[in-house]
Amino acid sequence: MFRPSSGHQGGSPRGLGGRGHMFKGPLPKTKDRKATLLRLWDYLKEQKLLLSWVFMLVVLSSVFGLAGPLLIGQAIDNYIIPGDFKGLLLIAIIMGVVYLLNALFSWLQSYIMIGVAQKTVYKMRTDLFSKIQTLPVSFFDRNPHGELMSRLTNDLENVSNTLNTSITQIMASLLMVVGTISVMLWLSPTLTLVCVMIIPAILLTTKKIAGFTRKYFAEQQQALGELNGFIEENISGQRVVKLFAREEKSIDQFAKYNGKLKKISQRAQVLAGLIHPLFNVLNNIIFALLVGVGGWLVLKELITIGIIASFINYLKQFFRPLSQLANQFNLLQSAIAGAERVFAVMDEKPEQDQPGNRTGPDRIRGEVALQHVSFGYQKETPVLKDISLRVKPGQTIALVGPTGAGKTTIVNLLTRFYEIDTGSILIDGQDIRSFSRNSLRSCLGIVLQDTYLFSDTVRENIRYGRLTATDQEVEAAARIANAEQFIKRLPQGYDTVLSDDGGNLSQGQRQLLTIARAVLADPAILILDEATSSVDTRTELQIQEAMLSLMQGRTSFVIAHRLSTIKNADLILVINDGEIIEQGSHQELLTRQGFYYELYNSQFTVNESA
Amino acid sequence: MFKLFSYLKSYPKMVVLAPLLMLLEVAMDLLQPRLIAMVVDQGIATGDLSLIMRIGLTMIGVAIIGMMAGVGCTIASSIASEGFAADLRTDLYRKVQSFSFANLDRFKTASLITRLTNDVLQVKNIVYMALRIVIRAPFMCIGGIIMAVLINARLALSLVVAIPLLVLALSIAIARGFPLFAIVQQKLDRVNEVIRENLSGVRVVKAFVRADFEKTRFAQANQELIEITVKASRMVALVLPIILLILNLSIVAVLWFGGIQINQGNMQVGQLIAFINYLTQILTSLLMVAFILMAVSRAKASADRINEVLESEVDIKDRTGADSSSITEGELRFENVSFRYQGAKGEPVLKNISFEAKPGETVAIIGATGAGKSTLINLIPRLYEPTAGRILIDGKDIKDLKLNTLRKSISVVLQESLLFSGSIYDNLKLGNQDASPEEVSQAARVAQADYFITSFPEGYQTQLGQKGVNLSGGQKQRLAIARALLKKSKILILDDSTSAVDVGTEARIQRGLRELMKQCTMIVIAQRISTVHQADKILVLDDGKIVAQGSSTELLKSCKIYQDIYTSQLGKGVI
Repeated sequence: MFRPSSGHQGGSPRGLGGRGHMFKGPLPKTKDRKATLLRLWDYLKEQKLLLSWVFMLVVLSSVFGLAGPLLIGQAIDNYIIPGDFKGLLLIAIIMGVVYLLNALFSWLQSYIMIGVAQKTVYKMRTDLFSKIQTLPVSFFDRNPHGELMSRLTNDLENVSNTLNTSITQIMASLLMVVGTISVMLWLSPTLTLVCVMIIPAILLTTKKIAGFTRKYFAEQQQALGELNGFIEENISGQRVVKLFAREEKSIDQFAKYNGKLKKISQRAQVLAGLIHPLFNVLNNIIFALLVGVGGWLVLKELITIGIIASFINYLKQFFRPLSQLANQFNLLQSAIAGAERVFAVMDEKPEQDQPGNRTGPDRIRGEVALQHVSFGYQKETPVLKDISLRVKPGQTIALVGPTGAGKTTIVNLLTRFYEIDTGSILIDGQDIRSFSRNSLRSCLGIVLQDTYLFSDTVRENIRYGRLTATDQEVEAAARIANAEQFIKRLPQGYDTVLSDDGGNLSQGQRQLLTIARAVLADPAILILDEATSSVDTRTELQIQEAMLSLMQGRTSFVIAHRLSTIKNADLILVINDGEIIEQGSHQELLTRQGFYYELYNSQFTVNESA
Repeated sequence: MFKLFSYLKSYPKMVVLAPLLMLLEVAMDLLQPRLIAMVVDQGIATGDLSLIMRIGLTMIGVAIIGMMAGVGCTIASSIASEGFAADLRTDLYRKVQSFSFANLDRFKTASLITRLTNDVLQVKNIVYMALRIVIRAPFMCIGGIIMAVLINARLALSLVVAIPLLVLALSIAIARGFPLFAIVQQKLDRVNEVIRENLSGVRVVKAFVRADFEKTRFAQANQELIEITVKASRMVALVLPIILLILNLSIVAVLWFGGIQINQGNMQVGQLIAFINYLTQILTSLLMVAFILMAVSRAKASADRINEVLESEVDIKDRTGADSSSITEGELRFENVSFRYQGAKGEPVLKNISFEAKPGETVAIIGATGAGKSTLINLIPRLYEPTAGRILIDGKDIKDLKLNTLRKSISVVLQESLLFSGSIYDNLKLGNQDASPEEVSQAARVAQADYFITSFPEGYQTQLGQKGVNLSGGQKQRLAIARALLKKSKILILDDSTSAVDVGTEARIQRGLRELMKQCTMIVIAQRISTVHQADKILVLDDGKIVAQGSSTELLKSCKIYQDIYTSQLGKGVI
């Protein structure tokens, strides 16, 4: 991939260090949270019918869930104590049916909800991926891939899990809490009051602890992030650490991060762990109050023993949803934050074609002209200044100049990965902005500086150049690119699966594959961006032959360091500091004794000694 | 998995304390239903209000003791589990630091990072849970059974039906659901892979106008993921209702049989209420056991991955009594060195390599991709070990030298320049902690890095992003060279380390190097003839063998491969 940074060389490196900050804002505000929820609802509402079924089932299963303890109390008071076995049998059967229906309904609602949730996530994921396909290259240069990855995977997973369980759980828990309190009130207002008294205490403790834990967990997350960053960097750079014999030093540094994380995590973990025993003690204290006050009420004959039994069961039912609610709300919050980050990507401005310019240039002759083109990745620091040039069909253009002069930038503009600031680029006399991007790119063949391969077979990787190509055509392209030799040596030949961006191939081999891909694409205009710089010279000799035949009849832009490539070019453009300072053929430029002449002499000093 | 638990032994007090306190908390929890039964059967039945109040107060006391035990358990298990994680990470990191390149090759960077971060977290969570719940659940379960039997042994027979049923339901769910979730993970990995490829390969996708193709590819992966997720989730969604059903039906049964017993005068109402409470406790604790089992088996994969790192044999170590004297001359000799990557079959990568490099000499290595150039130089600082033959520095076999001193006296600039986040200055000083600012800028000047560094507003204090993302390839290479120069070693190795630098700059770097490193032995790998032709000796490597060695002029006369390379780069007319 061409790093935009090479184009940025003259500019401020700090501006680049600041990449990726566009997403990192403060936590979402309540108002935004509402907007996010509404957008989530937009996705959900397509399945309104199923959702209303889910809602009904939740209500039903909650009602049956509430009926259980009530029936237990009834059974004790009305049938067990009086010894009415006919009645007991009847109520036992009723209870059995109630519990069965409860189970059935709660299973049905999760069954349906899972389908709804996954369908929603499927749609969101598809939308997000399609969106990403429309975003301009500059977006990907600006945002670190790790961060984007995390949005597409972790954040969406988060949303998915929440939709799967949280929504129905929250509904069910709320219904349970409200229902339980109502039934309890109906059974005995006094006892209910005793039980409910403790609620403010619960809310207060939870809130206090939650406040602390949030703070400590944020710190923990931070410390963990720092440690992970350190690990990632140092393990990736392990070879350097070894070469400089810095293992001990590196372990010391690691210990510092690790120790910090340990201390913070212990604190966070303890605080989070407090919630459970605290809930438990409150729970148990209520039981004590319940039997104390309840016993007194029974003695006064205000309530029955059965009511105490029901209450004990209701209290259990009451506490579980309450702590679940607290849990689910936390999950929901992180899911909303996740959704928000997902939507932020969806709101990015896409690459847009001007309306009415759908069709591309058909039958390209390959005449390319740049007219007064200026461009900068950042407005303040122009990388290209007023570039003009004209290329006739079939010509080979060599772009020559020091690193960071702006050679790759020209490629970025030809492909419309970036848009020029002023001036225009014409192909066959037509402004490239009048074509749709797709049709423009379809007639360009590009071999990039950094190869990129997909985790698929060698065959499919080459076929990427033209999806309709037959196996024979793929192999023919591989032969032209001189890649066949090494492909045949791979364990499964053309069907060898490449892993890890072609990690099992050498750099040179990967480049041969990308060249084969370009050969297969058979474009009208060819762009080679230093593609051969790390292929060894012998292989390159072979590639060059192939390239020469490929370049035949096509307009080709080549960024290469090889003298032979440069010498063979129809036109050499010497670029320095964003400007074309010299152009002409090799001989012309030499006689001019300018920048190129100097470059040539410093590069190929060997001539003098030979 | 259990092997890793030995990391807990640095926290013996906490590890013993946590379950003990948990035991206390559970005991207190178990007392509660019993006390409630006492209120109902003794207090209410006899109308003894003061007894009711006394028992009520006891219950509060019991609850508070339980809470204190619970808090203590939380603290103890947090300290132990976080300490466990930190110690485990340190050991892993230490191990990785001792790895040879062969070890690193085997594990792959990304996988090592996951092992150190995610996998450790997974195992830690299990340890934390184990210290709390694993103890709690069986205690609750067994304690509950004992209490239930104590109340009414005949009624406790209902457990004989309920428990096996529950265990059966859970095992079926686990046995069925588990493989499904393994597939979910696979499909998720596939989705992530497509995404990752589209992020990194965005230029390729755009250049070939393959958005629609990629969308189809993604839709397929997405569809497969959703289908299996729905299937697995629905399987798991079955578990909870079934368990609750079993629980509730046993309550109904207990009510029925308990009712009969009460009627016969064998049991009291309060006891029945307490019994139902114990029943709930037993069955929910069984449920907990099931969830823990699931979590443990999920963490088992992580534990296995961690163990794999901890147990892997480090293949390059100091020999006992290794020579720690430093290298003074830098005379390098290869004697019949052959090399084959671990586990690789077929032809060795290097065959019978012999050559010599004297102090002050520059030896260049040239040859095709895959000819073995990088492998050859990796053997010098003992990043890999030769399969046969030996390498001598100043006449001593490098196997007899201390690794640390050996590597300290050799500077290597790798093909891929790896920089660290931090300032440019700190990055350069990695080469030599004691270097003065003058030395740093001198090295940067020789590496042709000074001018671009000083063009940054913050100069040498410019902060680099991770791996130096905000620099171009050429800039990174020049910093890597400057860093290596600061090391002031007797042997300097450059592995195609100027490939991204334009040729003019490269020539200037070369001139500077020759000046600065007069007394050093230099080994240079390069693709460009202009880089190598002035070397004292050029080794032409082909298919793992040295096919020719000599000066450029000699090789032009005698070596066909060299002639080919020469003409391809400089044109026919030159010879």
